[in-house]
Amino acid sequence: MAGNREFFNRRLHSLFGVIPIGIFLIVHLTINYQATKGAEAYNAAAGLMEKIPFLLAVETLVIYIPILFHAIYGVYISFTARPNNIRFSTFRNWMFLLQRITGVFLIIFIAWHVWETRIAKALGAEVNFDMMANIVDNPAMLAFYIVGIVSATFHLSNGLWSFFVSWGITVSPRSQRVLTTVTLLIFVAVTFIGVRAILAFAV
Amino acid sequence: MAEQKTVKFIIERQDTPDSTPYQETFEIPYRPNMNVISALMEIQRNPVTADGKKTSPVAWEMNCLEEVCGACSMVINGKPRQACSTMVDKLEHPIRLAPMRTFPVVRDLVIDRSRMFDSLKKVKAWIPIDGTYDLGPGPRMPENKRQWAYELSKCMTCGVCLEACPNVNANSNFMGPAPLSQVRLFNSHPTGAMNKAERLNAIMGDGGLANCGNSQNCVQACPKGIPLTTSIAALNREATVQMFRDFFGSDYSY
Repeated sequence: MAGNREFFNRRLHSLFGVIPIGIFLIVHLTINYQATKGAEAYNAAAGLMEKIPFLLAVETLVIYIPILFHAIYGVYISFTARPNNIRFSTFRNWMFLLQRITGVFLIIFIAWHVWETRIAKALGAEVNFDMMANIVDNPAMLAFYIVGIVSATFHLSNGLWSFFVSWGITVSPRSQRVLTTVTLLIFVAVTFIGVRAILAFAV
Repeated sequence: MAEQKTVKFIIERQDTPDSTPYQETFEIPYRPNMNVISALMEIQRNPVTADGKKTSPVAWEMNCLEEVCGACSMVINGKPRQACSTMVDKLEHPIRLAPMRTFPVVRDLVIDRSRMFDSLKKVKAWIPIDGTYDLGPGPRMPENKRQWAYELSKCMTCGVCLEACPNVNANSNFMGPAPLSQVRLFNSHPTGAMNKAERLNAIMGDGGLANCGNSQNCVQACPKGIPLTTSIAALNREATVQMFRDFFGSDYSY
């Protein structure tokens, strides 16, 4: 495997983005969506997740390690690029740049979000509907969360497109074009779930 | 007599590989059907800037003058392309020329494309047919496949796809789309396929295939219309299979 590090790391980075991080994001936003049915429905759904056996081990294996690897290696990838969108103003080139911008922003957003919720919980706070309602009571924080959620759904949808190309599933230009449409629909659907959920905490 | 029509060129110049670039403006007489090379030849004949200062002639590279050698690639009005096939009448004026700075600049518009030739050696972009005795003819190639492969063989190592790629720069060692597509070409040749795994392993190493960020600028910029992004995606599939063969073991991974 020596000398093959870069190839292995890039493929692992691509895989982690979809499995497990992408799946986790969809599960996370879907549970949040319960908030649209009231505080009790949300607390019940969130409480269910906390009942997962060996929670800390599962969190570490499925969330923390993949996300840390994806984030750190992703920053390295982002800063080895030299964007040239003024000279080459094509759709895919803008997606390329946005994927890197949202990725770097997501590190800031997720670090803040984990500090406010998961680390707060470890320090004794209770994670429930009221906790989130208090956070997004501040309009600036609500805006920060909305930008964070849309960045995450974009990064997932566009990353899914790249995943299919990077693993050699979509080879022909036609299949890649169809996949653009499919991932766009995924983006719209997941963004709707995520944004509607965060707005439910704000009212 | 009516005043002579002129064409204005703003050229980014550089005297040595390490010196600071500077700009010079030239105004040359217009002739019908000029291309950028013929304009550069005019400047070479009479190296005087637009404000009358005598200067050194602008240096550039050229060879075939019919867009098959790739030597005269430069950035013309912001886009990397060949100076020989770029017609003055079809450009916005004044015309701005600059070297492709993804490569080391030798002088003025002359660049050093060695890194591409080194990459071709690294990925073994050839078909080894030498033996200690006459190996005889290789397997036949179906005609429709030959026609398909001909499109990939049009690559002239001009460097335009590397200049267009945001991931080819001083911060990365990515070899760029051109040598990758050559791996697809030689791997699809019936005799070349005998060394398929060797080439795949070369592009699965550092600076290889995995560095592609899918901005897909290369396929837009390629002057020969080579389906570079299709080549990269096809190689991604081959590399996925090769990766599993290498790890789990396979009789087909030679």
